[in-house]
Amino acid sequence: MIEYLIDGPLWYFSLAVFVIGVVWQLVSIVFASRKQDLSVARDSATSGAIRTIFTRFVPHKEISSQITIQVVAGYLFHLGLFALLFFAAPHVVFLEQNLLGFGWTPMPHWAFIVSAQAAFLGLIFLWLRRMVNPVSRLISTLDDHVAAILTFVVMLTGCFALLEGSTGLRLLHRFSVELWLIYFPFSALMHTFTFIPSRAFTGAWFGRRGIDA
Amino acid sequence: MSEKLEKGLEVLRSEVDSKVKSFFSSCVNCGICAESCLFYTETQDPRYTPIYKTEPLRKLWRNEYSLWGKITSAIGLSKPMTESDLTDWEELVYDGCSMCGRCSMVCPVGVDISGMIFKVKHALAKAGISPEGLVGATQRAVDIGSPMGITMKAVLATIKHAEENTGLKIPMDVEGADYMALLSSNEIALYPEYIESLAKIFDHAGVSWTLSSDAYEATNSGLQIGNKAIAGQLVERVVAGAEKLKVKNVISPECGHAYTALRWEGPNFIGRAYTFNVVHIMELLDELHAAGRIKTTGLESERLTFHDPCSIVRRGGINAQPRNLLDSISENFVEMTDHGNMNWCCGGGGGVSSNERAEDLKLTAFNKKKSQIEATGAEAVVTACSNCRMVMEEGVETNEMDVELLGLTEMIAAHLEARPN
Repeated sequence: MIEYLIDGPLWYFSLAVFVIGVVWQLVSIVFASRKQDLSVARDSATSGAIRTIFTRFVPHKEISSQITIQVVAGYLFHLGLFALLFFAAPHVVFLEQNLLGFGWTPMPHWAFIVSAQAAFLGLIFLWLRRMVNPVSRLISTLDDHVAAILTFVVMLTGCFALLEGSTGLRLLHRFSVELWLIYFPFSALMHTFTFIPSRAFTGAWFGRRGIDA
Repeated sequence: MSEKLEKGLEVLRSEVDSKVKSFFSSCVNCGICAESCLFYTETQDPRYTPIYKTEPLRKLWRNEYSLWGKITSAIGLSKPMTESDLTDWEELVYDGCSMCGRCSMVCPVGVDISGMIFKVKHALAKAGISPEGLVGATQRAVDIGSPMGITMKAVLATIKHAEENTGLKIPMDVEGADYMALLSSNEIALYPEYIESLAKIFDHAGVSWTLSSDAYEATNSGLQIGNKAIAGQLVERVVAGAEKLKVKNVISPECGHAYTALRWEGPNFIGRAYTFNVVHIMELLDELHAAGRIKTTGLESERLTFHDPCSIVRRGGINAQPRNLLDSISENFVEMTDHGNMNWCCGGGGGVSSNERAEDLKLTAFNKKKSQIEATGAEAVVTACSNCRMVMEEGVETNEMDVELLGLTEMIAAHLEARPN
């Protein structure tokens, strides 16, 4: 019964909440009011938007030394997570059989281990920093902690499911993913998508003033 | 609900647009912006973290515009905003933010934090929750025409002195001139050499220019306090003066926020495009120099460095011009470690220098600039903003530093090649 529920209705429900929620959020951003800037542009807003979408992947050298550990931890977590999400063998098979109809070469086991270690290391460091660093502690919200915990649980159960190969652990992983998908559109996890318009808006603002941001 | 809260919330709601939605949907509270803010780095007080200063707007967005907020509000689980959500942020956004915009340059998800802080200031200003010093300056700007209370009579007296010192006629209310120059109150009261320098340079370069008796003040206290209506009212004065004289260009003086107010935000404040161009004095001088209309002679041998006014460089896009000009008159120019678009503010921008209550914090924030200047070993700091210059002079005096503060326009004027008679 539980297996049916997790593999069936709950999976489709969580997927629907995720897709509809994300689309709703993005549409509400794109179609929200935006005032026209009446000043004479010095340079192209579009170029600025495109430039900033990419340049913000690397911090300015003037600040990089103060945030090196945060940036490294951030990259370890995100790259590790994306590698696990799209190249872990069970995920490739799952995506091929359930969603896409085609697959690709999964990463070898050693790469899985490296990716998982990188993702865990990054996430745990950033989460601990959230609780210990005075700035992060002040500005962090319940949402930030819930998002971190849910992501951690998804990764942890994923590793268990892969290593043990038991149905119970697989179901536990899938159930945690479903909770994560349901939570996603309501949370800071939305930055996965919204960082693009956010960077673009700011890049356009700077771009029309002729500033490389 | 109190009237203040009602007004504040009304403004905050009017400020929620697609940018605000994307910014707050993206922010993961990483806190990287703290390291970009001199009010945080110099005090280590986490409350000065830039994104924290946007909390009134963010809370409203969270309650009323986010998906989660809509659901929790519908079932009565959200925590409604109170007046303290506005009043508790007054000191943070007015005393602890110079609107330098450095935070907007470093945010990994691209949030224009500085722009969001301005929106909070707008709400506070409309709700009547602003520091006394800024309220007074704004009132004087509206009533008298200048935040420092400088009247046209004082301007005329300064012009008269400038004419006596230079032996040149300073054109006033000349219809059809190519350029109408504006002044900042500081330049009238503290640095009248700016006006003399303009007279010398424009005479040397053969520039058709004028001052206007209707529109001489470039500063905009409305922008500093965050009141868009007053900001627009002050911009309208300049526009009316420029249109009355039918000038082709208006020159923004050595003042950072005046450039933002006139060049970039002015048309938005008044709701229409200008019939003239706005150029910053640095842009014009560089253009005249490049065209060979300004010829300089001699090079400064003392070690000079340049302080980038945030509103002119990082938020204004005028980065190369002052450096081109400095290179033409100096043989010992050195850059500060963080310069150009990633410069550090002097600590007194965004109205902080007009806010007496923020005096101690401003001087604490100046420690960043102090260490930057000391690292260069410079004997003089050149800048292109009279407010930065005034703030740094105070900082230099307080810290007993052996450094001279100079305006770039007056330096160019001092190096003009003598014209053949």
